[in-house]
Amino acid sequence: MVLIYSNDKKLNMEMLSKGRELADELGKKVTVAVIGKSDTDPEEYIKQGADKVFVADTDLESFKVEEYTEILAGIIEKTGVETILISSDKDGKELAPRLASMMDTGCVTECTDVYIEDGNVTAERIIYSGNAVAVERFIKKPHILTVPAKLFDPLEVDDSRSGEIINEKVAYDESPSKILKVQQMECEGVNVEDATSIVSCGRGFKNKEDIKLAEELAKLLPGETIGCSRPLSADLKWMTEDHWIGLSGHKVKPKIYIAIGISGQIQHIAGMRDSDIIVAINKDPEALIFKSADYGVVGDLYEVLPKLVDTIKAKIS
Amino acid sequence: MNIIVCAKEVVDVSEIKIDKNTNKPVLQGIDKKISDIDKNAVEEAVRIREKLGGKVTVVSVGPSEAREYIKELLAMGADEAKIIPYPDTGDYNVVSTLLAAAINNLEGYDIILCGEASIDLFSGQMGPRLAQKLGVPQITYAKKIDAEDEKLTADRDLGDKKITTESTYPVLLSVTKEINEPRLPSLMEILGAANKPIEVVDHSSLVGEEDPVIEIIDVKGVSMERKNIIFDDDLDEAVKKLVDNLAKDGALG
Repeated sequence: MVLIYSNDKKLNMEMLSKGRELADELGKKVTVAVIGKSDTDPEEYIKQGADKVFVADTDLESFKVEEYTEILAGIIEKTGVETILISSDKDGKELAPRLASMMDTGCVTECTDVYIEDGNVTAERIIYSGNAVAVERFIKKPHILTVPAKLFDPLEVDDSRSGEIINEKVAYDESPSKILKVQQMECEGVNVEDATSIVSCGRGFKNKEDIKLAEELAKLLPGETIGCSRPLSADLKWMTEDHWIGLSGHKVKPKIYIAIGISGQIQHIAGMRDSDIIVAINKDPEALIFKSADYGVVGDLYEVLPKLVDTIKAKIS
Repeated sequence: MNIIVCAKEVVDVSEIKIDKNTNKPVLQGIDKKISDIDKNAVEEAVRIREKLGGKVTVVSVGPSEAREYIKELLAMGADEAKIIPYPDTGDYNVVSTLLAAAINNLEGYDIILCGEASIDLFSGQMGPRLAQKLGVPQITYAKKIDAEDEKLTADRDLGDKKITTESTYPVLLSVTKEINEPRLPSLMEILGAANKPIEVVDHSSLVGEEDPVIEIIDVKGVSMERKNIIFDDDLDEAVKKLVDNLAKDGALG
């Protein structure tokens, strides 16, 4: 049996479509686990591919890894599932390994593909900052995998499907840690992952206000999307997290990616290496970013950007 | 306060090249170093010890040559280190079992610190796995830690939200790169580190033969071919050439 778990409905639906495919190939069933309060009617999961929905009733107000690990382990024990797909968001990525450790089994995080080969569940994931793909095979059951968003397309809603819905309380011990405060971070709702062009800013910018130079350039390109490297988002907080491109940030694949004042740390490259055309602007001719660029201009971004904006304007008019 | 830091020797991923004939990454002859974020964990451990007193012990599973790199962590202020030589098979269950056994052999512990992920394989599994094996709570993606005698609070950076978590001891935390700036040891500190104890612990003395739970059956190189055309002449000319090329490639809309 295949089990799907995320506390995000959308991700559940995406994983369900893959789960359905794996289960059909193995001649097994698919169960979606719902833990705690959920706005989703379990029937919706049935209509999009699940055979069963296991609703674990709890008093917990929100995700808490130690308790959720125990609850999920309880569900696995009760349902006898062998393959578990967990969403590769921050909650899922700390839940999956803890769960795998509890069951003394393997876990592959951030799978880029999951398939059956010679009857074995096999998964691929990116290693060495994008320089290689590891193909991993589980030796022991259960198999635990985390699946990133948008890797699989959800199935169509099929109203004729039917399935079983189970409501049960699952026991867990309370952890000695507790959540004191949850603060929603500001978010500008930028979607860099689907952008067709990205103007991306790095430490070469001296002030937050100077980002407007990059915005002038972005305005000339489809989508007007601005991205940034880790320091500008995580350290300096000049831009919200949705702009952050890199190994721990967002992975992008635009037609054109213009890296401005970005040194080109391998972790940044990992987030943008699938772009069609990469342009780098940096005043340091030795900057690593030039090794990963199709075109590079060696120069001070404060001089290059206004010239670039004028030249493109002249070209497209 | 007994503080344990888990650290790992890694290959410098920025130097990896792909062999065009075999389509495999070439790892031989590449520089090694301590995984970047593990240094943030050591820095945080030393700061907590400076505030509350105690001892910082580095524990590392990996090749025995790691000793050279572990010395850097002692120079940064860690008090002692244990190295458990073990081949890197990519089986995190075995490694976390070894780490847990080695940590349980120490004279008690209050805080265990890890990097959020190692920069080579970047699975992020070790912190949560080890916390579970030790039966302690885990606080992942910690960006700020405020440790007191009886408990600590930490801010976790989850991108779209920030969660403040409190825990009594013992507790495991995985830290992000932003938590601090790892110190560069002085020459005196580097020389002083030579006298700090590094113990090599045989893995068979910790646990019996562990059955693997996963195997890496293939590693495929992903090469990135880029044109690498650099315009470094007169700026007006460089910008013009860039725009001409982009227009020719159909990249301007």
